[in-house]
Amino acid sequence: MVSGILGKKVGMTQLFDEKGEVRPITVLQAGPCVITQKKTATRDGYESVQIGLVEFVKGSRVTKPMAGHFAKNNLPPVKFMREFPMVEPVAGESAESNGDGAKVGDKVLVDIFQNDKFVDISGTSKGRGFAGVVKRHKFGGGAASHGSMFQIPGSIGSSAFPSRVFKGMRMSGHMGVDKVTVRNLRIVGIDLDDNLLMVEGAVPGPKDGYVLISKAKKPPRERRGFAGAGTVDPLKAAKKAAQAAKKK
Amino acid sequence: MSIHPIMAKLASKLQRTDMPVMKPGDSVRVHVKIKEGDKERVQAFEGTLIKKRNGAQASFTVRKISFGQGVERIFPLHSKVIDRVEVLRSNQVRRAKLFYLRALKGKSARLKEVEVAR
Repeated sequence: MVSGILGKKVGMTQLFDEKGEVRPITVLQAGPCVITQKKTATRDGYESVQIGLVEFVKGSRVTKPMAGHFAKNNLPPVKFMREFPMVEPVAGESAESNGDGAKVGDKVLVDIFQNDKFVDISGTSKGRGFAGVVKRHKFGGGAASHGSMFQIPGSIGSSAFPSRVFKGMRMSGHMGVDKVTVRNLRIVGIDLDDNLLMVEGAVPGPKDGYVLISKAKKPPRERRGFAGAGTVDPLKAAKKAAQAAKKK
Repeated sequence: MSIHPIMAKLASKLQRTDMPVMKPGDSVRVHVKIKEGDKERVQAFEGTLIKKRNGAQASFTVRKISFGQGVERIFPLHSKVIDRVEVLRSNQVRRAKLFYLRALKGKSARLKEVEVAR
């Protein structure tokens, strides 16, 4: 099974959970993707697949080497491609959904997350341009009045010793347009008809920005079967039951 | 900025359609579901609608005077917590946000009623 999918950020809205509380959610266009290349341990040294996001792309807009790459397997032209490792299928699933079954040209859809509670999402953060220290490094800044200089960094080091500025000194500079990963975003909904994935919380990047959605690498307290706030933690529930039994 | 068609579709799916037409200045009674243990009961909150927010994240604020103390409650319009909303009467107001009522009390905080065909 492919461990992730490519998508686009659609926008944010809110949902009400079972308690009636408002939850911020991000709607993502997840897929449909197509496998454009398969890498195997024997040939490439590792197992993975290269997938591309299927969207409207003019044939003339892809480079000739890329066009050749797609033409090899009669694939539609795609703009956004990434590699994802294969993961072992969950016990009980057929071998077809396993990595061995995946062929070049196969579709990858949101249904790969159907048995998951959390996803990790990577995107390119919004560009902030040349930003000062207050915005870029969360410096406190100066007083807003009394003739002060507002958002200046202050001193950047001592004088005679060490006679230089230490490496890694936080100063103003370009901010944003970085690869940012947000881990363990809870899946709130999956729409298979429209290829939509809804997650709780914010996702890096602008609307219409490309994102990589992958299965959560370290889901919270997975071994306990705990799915985060709003659900019952089996370990805590067991402790509570033990305490209640003692009282009796 | 226009709304993305997917977001518009989603919003229409999540919307509540059983809400009455409310305007700022209206006297409303909001029936709120309250959960106490396993039981659920309905409590009413009656006051003046002083603020309305539209769109997917629509909400409205109701202000009332409780034992001489001003109380305001913000309700998400599409929330399941709201059982139903009654519009008791409509009043003549000349602005969309009635925050000026916060500074007024007693006789000066009254609003003039207008007849609205319902």
